Amino acid sequence: MMAAAKKSSGTLDRREVVGRILDRRGDSLVVTGLGSSCYDAGVHDHPNTFYLWGAMGAAAMMGLGLALAQPDRRVVVITGDGEMLMGLGSLATIGAQKPDNLSIVVIDNELYAETGMQATHTARGVDLALMAKGAGFTLAQTVKSEQDLAGAIEALYSTRGAVFLDVKVSPKRYPMSIRLRDGAHIKNRFRENLLGSAAFD
Amino acid sequence: MKQETMPRTWPGDIYKTFKRLKVAQVAYVPDAGHTQLILDCQADAEMKTVSLTTEQEGVAMLSGAWLGGNRGALLMQSSGAGNCINMLSLAQECRFPMLMLITMRGEWGEFNPWQLAMGQSTQKVLEHSGCVVQRVDKPEEVGEVVFAGGQMAFSTNRPVAVLIGQRIIGFKDWSK
Repeated sequence: MMAAAKKSSGTLDRREVVGRILDRRGDSLVVTGLGSSCYDAGVHDHPNTFYLWGAMGAAAMMGLGLALAQPDRRVVVITGDGEMLMGLGSLATIGAQKPDNLSIVVIDNELYAETGMQATHTARGVDLALMAKGAGFTLAQTVKSEQDLAGAIEALYSTRGAVFLDVKVSPKRYPMSIRLRDGAHIKNRFRENLLGSAAFD
Repeated sequence: MKQETMPRTWPGDIYKTFKRLKVAQVAYVPDAGHTQLILDCQADAEMKTVSLTTEQEGVAMLSGAWLGGNRGALLMQSSGAGNCINMLSLAQECRFPMLMLITMRGEWGEFNPWQLAMGQSTQKVLEHSGCVVQRVDKPEEVGEVVFAGGQMAFSTNRPVAVLIGQRIIGFKDWSK
């Protein structure tokens, strides 16, 4: 029996969305969540990107620690809805902390794509942008269309404060991209590029 | 119930040690044993203090801090150690250094039975999760042990947990 086609309310293409965000990265620092977000960002590999391949729920809080350490750079977290749902408390922590330079982008396909396309809570009405707004993010928005996307990308780099974008994407799956998965290497590459010789003090 | 009456100097010793170690980010889930230390860190303009909803957030946050060039410390009570287990895979796989200071419950004259499950397993859980675990049971040695733990964490790129014995924190007299 064929598996039923998995549905989500989104229509945007995840690879295109992530590509457009990363095209504008400049000197921003990027943290990805595990799974598809990691592979989407991996198409545009950069030493200023830290890829999580595990530690589900870590992405937003890694972004906060990095944003506090590098207040003059924009920190962009790109993660999935399942990963974000596992770290929901971090929305409250970030909202309470009010960093000036942290943007979180959830690539929301409403599915756990890595584990068999099961529905996440966002498929059942949970509104992540509303939760971020309730937590005190400066800007929190659900992005559903091409029209919304252009303005939202502009806002994620230019808004002083904590930004949260929940981008509704289609369930389309793409193959893995980046092969780089050794955590210590990803960390050292990132630090050496950012900090120079001080990375190994 | 009454708390110990001796003046405590060890929280101040930890704060001074943080300065010596150049700790720039302090994440915490509050514990009575860390009250004074949290206040000292909050009053320090060179330190960023972050209140967490759960301890595992701190493991991720301090990993991000290190990526950005900051040293960090995570304060919690022993009941929070179990919350960190999977998140510590981040520190183990990536060799992120972090200094965890854990005030112990469930081990010395504990009156609350619910504290024993985690208090009695904290050291084992942390060791199995890839942390170096060191203990301190004398108040006058707290600063020195924290400094040694911090040096090991930040020089060898590993998570180091310093367990501060419940005997130091103070005995709650539960008799009527």
